[in-house]
Amino acid sequence: MKFLGDPLRLLESGALMISKIGILTISFLQELSSLYWLAHDTFAEMMDRLADRRSPFRLSDFFYQTNRVGVGSVPMVFMLSVFVGLTMALLTGYQLQKFGMTTLVPSVVGIAFTREMGPLFTGIVLASRIGAAFTAELGAMIAGGEVDALEAMGIGPLRYLITPRWLAIFFMTPCLSVAATLAGICGGAFISNMLLQLGYAHFFHEVMSNLLVKDIVSGVFKSFVFGALIGLIACYKGLAVKGGAVGVGIATTSSVVTAISCVIASDSIINIFIVIFFP
Amino acid sequence: MSDKPLLQMKGIKLKFGEKTILDGVDLTVESKEIVVVMGLSGGGKSTLLGVLLRLLEPTAGKVIFKGDDLIQLQRRKLNAARTHIGMVFQNAALVSSMTVGDNLALPLRELSDKKPDEIDKAIKEKLDLVDLKDARDKLPDELSGGMKKRVGLARALMLEPELVLFDEPSAGLDPIATKRIDDLILQLRDKHDVTSIVVTHEMESAFAIATRMAFLDKGKIIFTGTPDEFKKSDNEVIRKFLESYLAHEKTKD
Repeated sequence: MKFLGDPLRLLESGALMISKIGILTISFLQELSSLYWLAHDTFAEMMDRLADRRSPFRLSDFFYQTNRVGVGSVPMVFMLSVFVGLTMALLTGYQLQKFGMTTLVPSVVGIAFTREMGPLFTGIVLASRIGAAFTAELGAMIAGGEVDALEAMGIGPLRYLITPRWLAIFFMTPCLSVAATLAGICGGAFISNMLLQLGYAHFFHEVMSNLLVKDIVSGVFKSFVFGALIGLIACYKGLAVKGGAVGVGIATTSSVVTAISCVIASDSIINIFIVIFFP
Repeated sequence: MSDKPLLQMKGIKLKFGEKTILDGVDLTVESKEIVVVMGLSGGGKSTLLGVLLRLLEPTAGKVIFKGDDLIQLQRRKLNAARTHIGMVFQNAALVSSMTVGDNLALPLRELSDKKPDEIDKAIKEKLDLVDLKDARDKLPDELSGGMKKRVGLARALMLEPELVLFDEPSAGLDPIATKRIDDLILQLRDKHDVTSIVVTHEMESAFAIATRMAFLDKGKIIFTGTPDEFKKSDNEVIRKFLESYLAHEKTKD
């Protein structure tokens, strides 16, 4: 009799686990479908505007957002990248010193930042700095009935609110990513010159001679993907806010967590894709 | 001139999950009428305005505005139809990051071909109408509740709509501000030929402005008629509603 209960309990917990996985899968698919419809409806509203021979978004809004996303994020992206580049060069340099191969430091830092660290850190900074801001402001607009008011006026709130924000982050992420890459390489060059006896000219020459076009293209491509994902997730989370001020807080946290997770996951997927198809 | 009504709501039903909010609402509004929709709190009055503008999709029914069923219209045509209907929200719903002037300019900049100086002139005109000439450069947060509602009204009028919807225009306002809003609604009809649908609890306001009244109970319109007919109605719910109002007035005296 003792053994009769155990398999039943095991079966029960197994069923519970399967049901939880099912619920999670359904909610994931629902979120995915909502994201798709958000993008679809925003695009459709833009097409409606074009059919009416009107601009789908205000250029002044786009430039305002571009300034906010791009210029506003430069100091943080720059500072973070310099310190990471510096640390990276220092740690790899000390390890390679044991084998007398410190000359490899420039190419390690250069390739790592161009392909990986520059776009990734830019994505993380933008997801937390700009994604959170987008979600919070759109969420507050939802809670205050402002989005309904735009809809009631026939303005089309999706294209009016989302398009300038999404386009700004889409185009600014690669620009910031290039800035992050340069800053990281400069940080690496500085510490290599100070502690590893590698001159600036030698460092930059080594970086340039070891970088491939493929590295640059993959870094820029990733940045576009990260920008598109962060913009879409941040706007979606903002427009899906329910429950006033508390809801805005919850949505903002969720937006940052989701965007950073998606950036890291998509980074891995793109890396696998590049390694397999462009070895 | 067409003798068709400006707006017809036919058999509007709306459910949120299992809960029925609107259960076959029929309402006809003629041009230049001021129809006041009354009812108990949570009875679906504001929801009715949301359905009318298709901010909410009804489960069934038709909203025929100037011959078109808004429920069936594609987004592009629906947005075009919405420009003929102004909405004054209960909380005014002004864009909080924009000044009053920019809030008023927004519909014209987005939906009309007016030049900046024409937009400027229209803003001055509408702010003058709601007696808020000095508020142009203020942010919504710097305004009182009554001022916000008047700015909301001014914004709703920017596209010169034929129909204006008011959601609880006097809620939370003092008697002077309430009177000012009531006068504006009457002025809109008398001077600008605007038709209004007003959702309110305020009996005094309702009797002061209504050309016709409707009473919404349990998701259905159970009464439509003139204010005098409303006062004389023998419907049990309306009687109770009126008695509570009169008892409240006596307590105030």
